[in-house]
Amino acid sequence: MHSISRRDEMSLAEPAALPVATSAAPRLHVLKRVLGRFKASLPAYLLLLPSLIFLALFTYGAMGRVLVDALYQRASPKAPVRFVGFENISAVLADPAFTGAVVNNLIYTVGTAVPSIALALLFALALSRTNVVTSALRAALFLPVLIPMVAASALFLFIFLPNVGLLDYYIGRLLPVLPNWLGDPDIALYAIMIITIWKNAGYYMLFFLAGLQAVPEDVMEAAHLDGAGPYRRLRHIILPELKPTFLFVTVIATLNAVTQVDHVFVMTQGGPSNATNLVLFYIYQQAVEHYDIGKASAATLLTLAALMTLTALSFRTLANREGGP
Amino acid sequence: MKLIDTLWKDAPLATRGEITPKLGFALTVLLAMVWLIPFLWMGVATLRPASDGINAMAELMPSLKPTLDNVRDAWEIGDFPRYTLNTTIICTGILLVQFVTITLAGFAFARLDFAGKTPIFYLFLMQLMLVPVLLIVPNLSLVAQLGLYDTLTGVMMPFFASAFGTFLMRQAFEAIPTELEDAALIDGAGLIQRIRHIYVPLSMPSFSAFAIISVTSHWNDFLWPLMVINSPDKRPLTVGLSVFTKTAEGTQAWGTIAAGTLMVIAPLLVAFLIFQKRFISSFVTSGIK
Repeated sequence: MHSISRRDEMSLAEPAALPVATSAAPRLHVLKRVLGRFKASLPAYLLLLPSLIFLALFTYGAMGRVLVDALYQRASPKAPVRFVGFENISAVLADPAFTGAVVNNLIYTVGTAVPSIALALLFALALSRTNVVTSALRAALFLPVLIPMVAASALFLFIFLPNVGLLDYYIGRLLPVLPNWLGDPDIALYAIMIITIWKNAGYYMLFFLAGLQAVPEDVMEAAHLDGAGPYRRLRHIILPELKPTFLFVTVIATLNAVTQVDHVFVMTQGGPSNATNLVLFYIYQQAVEHYDIGKASAATLLTLAALMTLTALSFRTLANREGGP
Repeated sequence: MKLIDTLWKDAPLATRGEITPKLGFALTVLLAMVWLIPFLWMGVATLRPASDGINAMAELMPSLKPTLDNVRDAWEIGDFPRYTLNTTIICTGILLVQFVTITLAGFAFARLDFAGKTPIFYLFLMQLMLVPVLLIVPNLSLVAQLGLYDTLTGVMMPFFASAFGTFLMRQAFEAIPTELEDAALIDGAGLIQRIRHIYVPLSMPSFSAFAIISVTSHWNDFLWPLMVINSPDKRPLTVGLSVFTKTAEGTQAWGTIAAGTLMVIAPLLVAFLIFQKRFISSFVTSGIK
C-alpha cells in the first residue's frame, strides 16, 4: 500500500517537471521537421513555380478581381470607382437583356447538347468497327471540329443568306414562304444552333467511340447467342456501359454552350432584337461596348457560379479521370 | 448490297441479318455527306468566277471556267499573309512556353514527393473547371495593367500555364521506368539534366498530342484576341477573317469570303489529312482543355 502511494506521489510529481521538457523539445522538433520537409519539397516547388505564377495571375487572381470588380461602380467612365455592394448584381439581374440572354443560353444549351450528343452516339455506333470506309466517314464528320468557329460562321453566313444562299437555293424552294434564317427573331437562335451541332457532333463522337471500346466483348457475344436484337443490346448493354461517357460529354457540351459564342459575333451580333444574345456576348458588350466593368464582372460572377456548381457535380468524375494526386 | 456485305464481314454472324444497324449506317453516310456540304461549297465558290453572278453562287456544281481571282482578291484585300504570321507567332509562342511549364510541373507531380501535393494538385485541377474563356474581363484589365494591351504577348500570356498539359505530362512521366533515372542518378546527373535527357525524349508522343490540341485551339481562338488586339496589323487569322467577312459581306463578294475562309482553315485541314490518326487520338485525350 505504502509503496504504491509513494509511487503515485512520484508519478504525480513528475508531470510538474514534464511540461518544460516535453513541450520545448517537440516544438523545436516540429519546426525542424517542417523546415526539413520544406527543404525536401523545395525542388518540387521550384518546378511548379512557373505554372503557379501564371495560374495565380490569370485564373485565381482573375477570380478575385471579378469578385472585387463586381462590388464597385463608376458614375461615369471617367469618375473614380466607389463601393456599391450588391448593386451591380441586382442591376444585372434586373436587366432584361441579361435575363433574356440567360433564357436564350438555356434554350441554346439544351437545343445544341441534346441533338449533338444523340447524333454523336448514332455516328459512333454506326462507325464503331474500323475499316477504310468508316475511317473516311469519321474524318468527314470530324472536319468541322478542327476549323475555327469564325470560319464556320463565314460559311454559314452564306448558307443562311436569304434568297440566293445555299439553304434557300436548294431547300427553300420546297417551302411556301422563304424564312429569313438569321433575320427572324423566332428562327435566328435555332439557325445559330445548327452551326454548333454541325461543329461539335464529330467531337463528341470520338468520346463515344472510345467508350464503345469498353463494352465487354463476351457480354455482347452472350447477347447475340440469346438472340437479343439491336435495340435490346443498345438499351441493356451498350447504354449502361456508356453512362460515364454521357456524363462527361454532357459537361463538355454545356461548357461549350456557354463559352463558344464566336458565331454570335460574326453572324448576328446578338440580334435581331437580342434574340441570339448569349451570356458571354452580353458580358463582352458590357465590358467593351458600354465600358461597364462593374456590370460585366457581376454577370461573369453569376455565370461562373452557375458553371462551377455544375462542374463541381462532375468534379469527382474529372478527378478520377486524371487519376487523383 | 455487295459493299454492305464487305463492310459487315467482320460483324458477328448472329447480327449480320439485322436491318437496324444498316439503316443507322445509311443515315450516318447521308449525314456525313450533309456535313461536308459547307466545305464543298467553300471549294466550289472559291474557284467560281464573279461573272457567274450572285444567283449561281449557291450552285454546288463546279464552274466550267474555274479561276483563282477570288484567292488573289482575298490575299490582297484581307492582308492574310500578315494575319497568318501573327497567328503563327501566337501559337508558337504559347506552345514553347507551355512545353517548359508543363514539363516541369508534370515532373513534379509524377516523380517528386512534396508537402501540399494534394492541395496543389486540386489547384491545378480547378483550372480545368474554371473555363478561362469566361475570365476575359478581369484578364483584359490585368493585361492592360501589365502594359501588354494590343500586343501579341498579351494574347499569349493567359495560356502559358496549362493544367491539361501538366496532367498529360504527369501521366507520360509516370509510365517511364525509374531504373532509367536511377542509372542517370548514379552517373551524377542533376534534376534538370534527368528531365531533359531521360524524361523529355521518352515522352515525345505526349508532347505531340499536346501540341496538336494547343495549336488547334489557339489557332481557332477568337474572342480573347479580339479584345486584346486593336491595331489591324496585329490581328490573328480569326479576327482578320471576321473583319474581312464584314467588309466583303457588304459587297456580296461571297467568292472572296469563301477563298478567305479556305485560307484560314487550309493549314489545319492539310495537317489533319496527313496526321489523321494522331489528331483523332489527341482529341480523345483532350476532353476539357
